[in-house]
Amino acid sequence: MYDFTSLIDSITTSLNRNFSPFWAGTISMMLLGIVLLLFYAVLGLYLVYAERKICARMQNRMGPNRVGPMGLFQTIADLIKLLLKELIFIRNADNFLFNIAPFIVIVASIMAIGSLPFAKGLQAVDLNIGVLYILAISSMGVIGILIAGWASNSKYSVIGAMRSGAQVISYELSVGLALLCIITFAGSMQFSEIISSQKDGWWIFKGHIPAMIAFVIYLIAGTAETNRGPFDLAEAESELTAGFHTEYSGIKFAFFFLAEYMNMFIIAAIATTMFLGGWLPFHLFQWHGFNRIMDFIPPLFWFFGKTAFVIYVMMWFKWTFPRLRIDQLLALEWKYLLPINLMNLVLIAFLTLMQWHF
Amino acid sequence: MALLKTIKEIGNYFYEIYDGVTSLVRGMKVTGSYFVRPRSIVTQQYPENRDTLKMFDNFKGELMLTHDENNQHSCNVCNTCARKCPNGSIEIIYKKVEGADGRSKKILDKYIYHLETCSFCGLCVPACDELALKFDQKFEHAVFDRSTLTKVLNKPGSSSKASKE
Amino acid sequence: MEETIMDIDLREKEEYIINMGPQHPSTHGVLRFETCLQGERVKYLIPHCGYIHRGIEKMCEHLTYPQLVHLTDRMDYLSAHINNEAVALCVEKAMDVEVSDRVKYIRTIFAELTRIASHQLWWSAFGMDLGALTTFFYGLRDREKILDIFEETTGSRLTQSYITPGGLMADVHPNFQKRIKEFIKDFRKKLPEYDQLLTGNIIFRERTKGIGIMSKADAIDYGVTGPSGRGSGFHCDIRKIAPYSAYPFVKFNEITLVDGDTYARYLVRMKEMWESLNILEQLVDNIPQGKIMLELKAIKAPKGEYYQRVETARGELGVYIVSDGAPSPARIKFRSPNFSNLFIINKLAAGHKIADLVAISGSLDLVIPDIDR
Repeated sequence: MYDFTSLIDSITTSLNRNFSPFWAGTISMMLLGIVLLLFYAVLGLYLVYAERKICARMQNRMGPNRVGPMGLFQTIADLIKLLLKELIFIRNADNFLFNIAPFIVIVASIMAIGSLPFAKGLQAVDLNIGVLYILAISSMGVIGILIAGWASNSKYSVIGAMRSGAQVISYELSVGLALLCIITFAGSMQFSEIISSQKDGWWIFKGHIPAMIAFVIYLIAGTAETNRGPFDLAEAESELTAGFHTEYSGIKFAFFFLAEYMNMFIIAAIATTMFLGGWLPFHLFQWHGFNRIMDFIPPLFWFFGKTAFVIYVMMWFKWTFPRLRIDQLLALEWKYLLPINLMNLVLIAFLTLMQWHF
Repeated sequence: MALLKTIKEIGNYFYEIYDGVTSLVRGMKVTGSYFVRPRSIVTQQYPENRDTLKMFDNFKGELMLTHDENNQHSCNVCNTCARKCPNGSIEIIYKKVEGADGRSKKILDKYIYHLETCSFCGLCVPACDELALKFDQKFEHAVFDRSTLTKVLNKPGSSSKASKE
Repeated sequence: MEETIMDIDLREKEEYIINMGPQHPSTHGVLRFETCLQGERVKYLIPHCGYIHRGIEKMCEHLTYPQLVHLTDRMDYLSAHINNEAVALCVEKAMDVEVSDRVKYIRTIFAELTRIASHQLWWSAFGMDLGALTTFFYGLRDREKILDIFEETTGSRLTQSYITPGGLMADVHPNFQKRIKEFIKDFRKKLPEYDQLLTGNIIFRERTKGIGIMSKADAIDYGVTGPSGRGSGFHCDIRKIAPYSAYPFVKFNEITLVDGDTYARYLVRMKEMWESLNILEQLVDNIPQGKIMLELKAIKAPKGEYYQRVETARGELGVYIVSDGAPSPARIKFRSPNFSNLFIINKLAAGHKIADLVAISGSLDLVIPDIDR
């Protein structure tokens, strides 16, 4: 449970021994794909369930509790319903683009999951430009949204897609700059190196004030990236238009919906890895007894626990605040977040040079 | 002076950020405080709590004629309730019989109450001199067949106290 | 002459007309806004009402006065008691009778409770329109306590028909005063939470300040009364101008602000909730003993024309009865506050964005059945 490297090594060596290199490689990739897809689907389902229960508790009510024990099968029932719905084809819409748009969004999201460090040794691909890879992949998701809006052949969808596109592109800057702060501290873009640089303390504590500012900015920009929370006017503008996924029904709509929740998971997972120490346990100074107890809990639980905490904060944002208008949203990014981010980055570069962090 | 103005504007910029963030945190405290208090949940689990669910005594659920233990109701067919009803939800069907003193009297045959048009205004209940009508506390009126909403309020085999039979 | 909304030629180029409604995703009711957009901005807006016209005024012509009270409940259903009170007061004015003090106090207590309940529902729906979905549940959860008070005495939660010409339908339940005192204590603790959640929130302030500014002259011209008018400085509280029932016996402030934007209208309603709590506190312990119903031989207004105005939660409701001595009115006309409040929306929303239109119509607090009757 504590170190998966030996497990992964044994699987790879047994594959290499029994098959030719080509087949060993293919089979290992197929296994990886199946595991990731299963993980993605199941986690997506239960994130939706978690959101419904959490928002219910904040609203003095109970949330789903009838389908299955404590309502655990509610999302499965919703999924079955969505699968059985009619797929509506639109006249005069570009069929190829219309059909491909949800796939682009989902593929971008799954590719990003593949590079996250879940525990020691449990990382699908450990690129030495890990952070840059994830930022690039999430930009691909925007293309899916814009294509969805355009191919729907409806004025509302185009307006919604344009707004969403503008929002995501603006906030990617802030996400990138906030992550750049931690890269400056850690000195590398590779995820495993960033985590190993936090062995003596998480960056949010070691980097004191600038790292905390970067964390807050990252959270805000992250919720805006995924069209969630108080920045959800592209999709929840059910006051007038219904956003870029109006014309989608059935499983295609389910893809957009699922991708949104998994994007939230990815943003939270990156926040955990960069700011909160990834799968490392919580050590307090040099208290050996306390640290040994913390070490006892497996790293997988640490990773998912911290990610769950960040996801909870993002859901807290959504259910408390009213929505921002599009011009206020863009003003927030360009006039407030970006200047503060740049100043923070300069400060952090200075701190790193002078070694004034812990 | 221009320098002072710039400094003031920069100060204002940071003050706005501080003010905004604190107002958001205050809002989050309110929702967070309800999240950690599961006893503040107000939902009632409806079909399971039918045994303990009781409406208030005055609740206007459905009209009914009060019957006592001898299956006797108090309606003397004066027709006041049907006249007071604003939309004709009460229809009284009576038959005339020879009374003990030779005069013909009216006996209640069927007291028809149209639940589908009743607007629960409550004008019928105080209008009755014999206090024969009362509102029941039933609230589950949903049916699949609309004709079942036309109810006959006097129970089968009941007789009237007022007619002294 | 000033160009009215009917003079605008609808065939101009580069205009994009969409319909908001009749079925809204928000809770306002069946009302159609024909909006002309230019990009993101609203050029002009034509409201179309009449989708829920039920002919209440015509139906009243063949009902007697006690019978027509239950139809007035269904006009502005969120201030049902106040509507009933308007008809009752008009008929009592026509017959030149006066009810006992006990009836006056109870009528005013119910009116203030109704006002608070209506503002609670407005707050819930307003927050929900703007995207803060939790406000819906908090407002309705607190409103349940008022509805319990109503249900215990009158038997219904929404359409009570409890206040009739001549007095009240029945006496109040013995638990009445206890429940009201509990409610006042509880709600005084909850109102600051409402402020923390929505009023002080910077996102909310940015979305409502400076939006939909209504000048005092416009408010008077269009006849916008109630909290919407008072947000622009128009002193139109009927409880102060022409007090009725127990209002001469209580001390309270009329809340007026001068900004005239959405935020001002919001604040007026929040402060009115505090004032209503003060009025309730003054009245609840001092209800005098007395008769509940006057003994009248027949409720018939003598020949003539009579008018009575009251202050509902949304503005000034006027009841105009033309009678020829019969038990039913020859003609009854309701001056409904929502009808006058609705038609200023073109002036307020022109030039703003679509998202602001929702905030403006939420702040005007329209209840559509009252517009159409």
